[in-house]
Amino acid sequence: MYDFNYQKPAAIDDAVKALGSDPEAKALAGGMTFIPVLKQRLAKPSTLVDLGGLGLSGIRREGNALVIKAMTTHREVATSKVVADAIPALAHLASHIGDRQVRYRGTIGGSLANNDPSACYPSAALALGATIRTTRREIAADDYFQGMFTTALEPDELIVEVSFPIPEKAAYEKFPNPASRYAMVGVFVAKTAGGARLAVTGAGNNGVFRHAAMEQALSANFAPDAIRDVKTPEEDMNSDIHASAAYRAHLVGVMARRAVASCG
Amino acid sequence: MNDTTLPHIVKGGIGDSPKRVEDRRFLSGRGHYTDDINRPDQTYAVFRRSDVAHGVIRSIDTAAARAMPGVVAIFTGDDIAKAGIGGVPCGWQIHSKDGSPMVEPPHPVLAQGKVRYVGDAIAMVIAETVDQAKDAAEALVVNIDPLPAVSNMIAATAEGAALVHDEAKGNVCFDWHIGDKDAVDAAFAKAHKVATIDLVNNRLVPNPIEPRAAIGDFDRSTGEHTLYTTSQNPHVIRLLMGAFVLQIPEHKLRVVAPDVGGGFGAKIFHYIEEAAVTWAAAQVNRPVKWTCERSESFITDAHGRDHISHAELALAEDGAFLGLRVKTMANLGAYLSTFAPSVPTYLSATLLAGVYTTPAIYSEVKALFTNTVPVDAYRGAGRPETTFLLERLVDVAAKTMGMDRVAIRRRNFIPADAYPYQTPVALQYDSGNHEATLARCMELADWNGFEARRAESAKRGKLRGIGMSTYLEACGIAPSAVAGALGARAGLYEVANVKVHPTGSVTLYTGTHSHGQGHETTFAQLVADQLGVPFEQVEIVHGDTSKIPFGMGTYGSRSLAVGGSAIVKAVDKIISKGKKIAAHLMEASVDDIEFKDGKFTVAGTDKSKAFGEIALTAYVPHNYPHDELEPGLDETAFYDPKNFTFPGGCHICEVEVDPDTGVVSMLNFTAVDDIGRVINPMIVHGQVHGGVAQGIGQALLEHAIYDETGQLLSGSLMDYTMPRADNLVNIHVGTESTMCTHNPLGAKGVGEVGAIGSPPAVINAVVDALRDYGVTHIDMPATPLKIWSIINAASPRMAAE
Repeated sequence: MYDFNYQKPAAIDDAVKALGSDPEAKALAGGMTFIPVLKQRLAKPSTLVDLGGLGLSGIRREGNALVIKAMTTHREVATSKVVADAIPALAHLASHIGDRQVRYRGTIGGSLANNDPSACYPSAALALGATIRTTRREIAADDYFQGMFTTALEPDELIVEVSFPIPEKAAYEKFPNPASRYAMVGVFVAKTAGGARLAVTGAGNNGVFRHAAMEQALSANFAPDAIRDVKTPEEDMNSDIHASAAYRAHLVGVMARRAVASCG
Repeated sequence: MNDTTLPHIVKGGIGDSPKRVEDRRFLSGRGHYTDDINRPDQTYAVFRRSDVAHGVIRSIDTAAARAMPGVVAIFTGDDIAKAGIGGVPCGWQIHSKDGSPMVEPPHPVLAQGKVRYVGDAIAMVIAETVDQAKDAAEALVVNIDPLPAVSNMIAATAEGAALVHDEAKGNVCFDWHIGDKDAVDAAFAKAHKVATIDLVNNRLVPNPIEPRAAIGDFDRSTGEHTLYTTSQNPHVIRLLMGAFVLQIPEHKLRVVAPDVGGGFGAKIFHYIEEAAVTWAAAQVNRPVKWTCERSESFITDAHGRDHISHAELALAEDGAFLGLRVKTMANLGAYLSTFAPSVPTYLSATLLAGVYTTPAIYSEVKALFTNTVPVDAYRGAGRPETTFLLERLVDVAAKTMGMDRVAIRRRNFIPADAYPYQTPVALQYDSGNHEATLARCMELADWNGFEARRAESAKRGKLRGIGMSTYLEACGIAPSAVAGALGARAGLYEVANVKVHPTGSVTLYTGTHSHGQGHETTFAQLVADQLGVPFEQVEIVHGDTSKIPFGMGTYGSRSLAVGGSAIVKAVDKIISKGKKIAAHLMEASVDDIEFKDGKFTVAGTDKSKAFGEIALTAYVPHNYPHDELEPGLDETAFYDPKNFTFPGGCHICEVEVDPDTGVVSMLNFTAVDDIGRVINPMIVHGQVHGGVAQGIGQALLEHAIYDETGQLLSGSLMDYTMPRADNLVNIHVGTESTMCTHNPLGAKGVGEVGAIGSPPAVINAVVDALRDYGVTHIDMPATPLKIWSIINAASPRMAAE
């Protein structure tokens, strides 16, 4: 990797200031994506602002919402009793990210800020209608995700915590990429008082997306058969050596039905 | 002999399964690998590599890079040319049908004039740190005019295709054949039916867990060069690099291959980086270390497989195989790697008889240059390609004939009493019993109960399939005279030096090399068993040309069959000398001395001397037959094999396909192999497990894919699917051995059987799972995308039916 300056501020304001004063500075959360990028010399930040000293870890119940602070690791989410009681699907999702080492380091805030089109968490945030609370404001998930690797965040804006409304039931089904084990197709479905919400990660050619046709069908009848004939447009799908657009479109249907079925 | 009826196992001897002694250091993080070695005042090398597949180097401006911090030296192809350094040589020469030698373009240590694949080395930057070397390598201004690239064999053979080497017209390296064409034509003329198949043997990236590394060191006071390298055969590297590339005589060149973390073939070959650091160390007069990174190894380690074949089998009315005709294209990549020409020819086509009595065989092989990483031997080397072709073709033949897959195999097996058996493609098999391995494997895998299990899967909406391969391969290469006649430019014997110490402990110096095989355990068992000394008193040394007299290294499952035979020969010399010493001490005739269980006994008496007493006498020769014997107990033997060895067996695989997703799940895998004498059953099981894992990897997961411009799309572990634990299943291993008849141990070799026998068993199972979909063949890897596409394409028709 290239040389860079390293800062580990103890206060959020200092972190924001460090990022705001230098356009080449980058925030470092768990680093499970960013450190490999640095090692391959694909990025040359002037300064790394390590968010590990900000005390941004923790999980709590807040009324009918589950709130997870940005630097909470996947492992903490996967093993938290609070999460298991409130949204077990979220614990299940977290328990299948990467491998054990990644789950001990990777964070929910890092994943949402990076918005990798194959990451698992964006589908949960979108399907659950989460609110992203940042150093500046609150952003609804529907406004937050803006295409692959793109979010509503400003360069010096940090995620502080994420608030997930607790659904009636929810499930996540992932078809992993055979090599990377990222989601090749991941479907998070939630049954809420306001109807069904279903988000797809890994498959879309513009990052995570809500599947309106499936949501409509599931809102009328929350059952796998309700979406059996709902098509997913191939032209919206990614295509690579592991999966054609047609195959991804097909898998969206299979994973969606399985997710609905696993809601019980 | 099989593994349930081993007779008279001595603790730590042949047939016992002591834990691997090398694992104490490997499992505690104390292995000592090339990258763990640091020489005083060491510098670091980084190679600037081509990012285009084909192009003319117009200029390389090194000025800015030379001025960067920490830079010690920068060398380009021009420097290599000026120094008169040769290209890295090819160790095997094939002649084409017309008698002309293969086209053998030079493979310069650093690219000269042209780059020919993504990864081709353009310049070597040496600096005080790796990062400084990387910075300077990036600062080199390299001006390349891209040329059209041929990134696969179809492109390479197209009309007007770009030429990788101007001297190789049509990109053809050689156009070779073997067998009796007329006899095969006659067989097809009288065929009742003909089974045909077109298939691809998918290109693989070896990916040993330890990436390659090399350190060059030069002692100005003695003029001695030392190369520490991740090699499976340090003496071969010394020979190739010393004699052909750098012109350093053997006594001034030491090659050390310390602990090596897996090779699988990729670490057999002499690579340019080895020559580059050895040469550069003398230029900068400081040690030079290069350690490959994973992404670099993807585009520099020799790849494996990459064959396209068309095969036809002529069948009689009763299912007898009458004749086999095969046409293969083999991708050699951009340059000839060390053993590349042997792989699709003598390591491949000579196995086309398999376990069958096919009387007439003819095979043609066209080997091609492409703008890709050089392709060479990878675990199995040629035999997996042939086995996949043959065992898939036999399944197709069963379908063509309307015969049962087992019945058609049995109809054509070489009977156990027909050995030794001369095939129509040069090889003479010495031993085997294909019915025995088949029957035991079918029993262990419950082949006959399969249809009930398939019905149970169907109830759950899943498609279950079962497949087998009954295979045979050739190991322990080879009599040197035969190898030489076939084009090998080296001998293929092996060397052992058994040094008995005064107190009776033993050090064995072997010319083979252990990089995961467990030689430090099995060879110690072998010596302990033969000399009757405790297993713990035998030390195995390998991997250093300054310690070991000579050796050809480890590949082709040769270590026990050839290296072990050399050990037996050397031990026999020790025993023979010991008998003379014992006869002297006990005042008996040497003809009356018997050696058994570590004791020299005068036959028919209770007079005996322990092995340790004889050893001590040899080194403290106060009472000693000085007139006829030299003191000491230290013997060296070279063993040149009399024939190849022919391991074989039966592999059965059971899979389940999820028709919704196309995912193939492994349910069961059973391997019953005939590998001759087993020294350590635990290590044999481990070797088979590993080989089968790699075979399943090839069958279901792994694929090196280039785009049409010659970029490697599956160029990292994010896109190249290595097998992982959850892709596999518990593998049931059995042995059902016949002894090799021509080496003293009866050993045949086990290193590659798993990778050779398994891929067709897996694909035969997948094809069987899809039997209702009109599928006769699926090319590897059988990915979910591929399987789903087949099911999806067939589903409208199936729905209509």
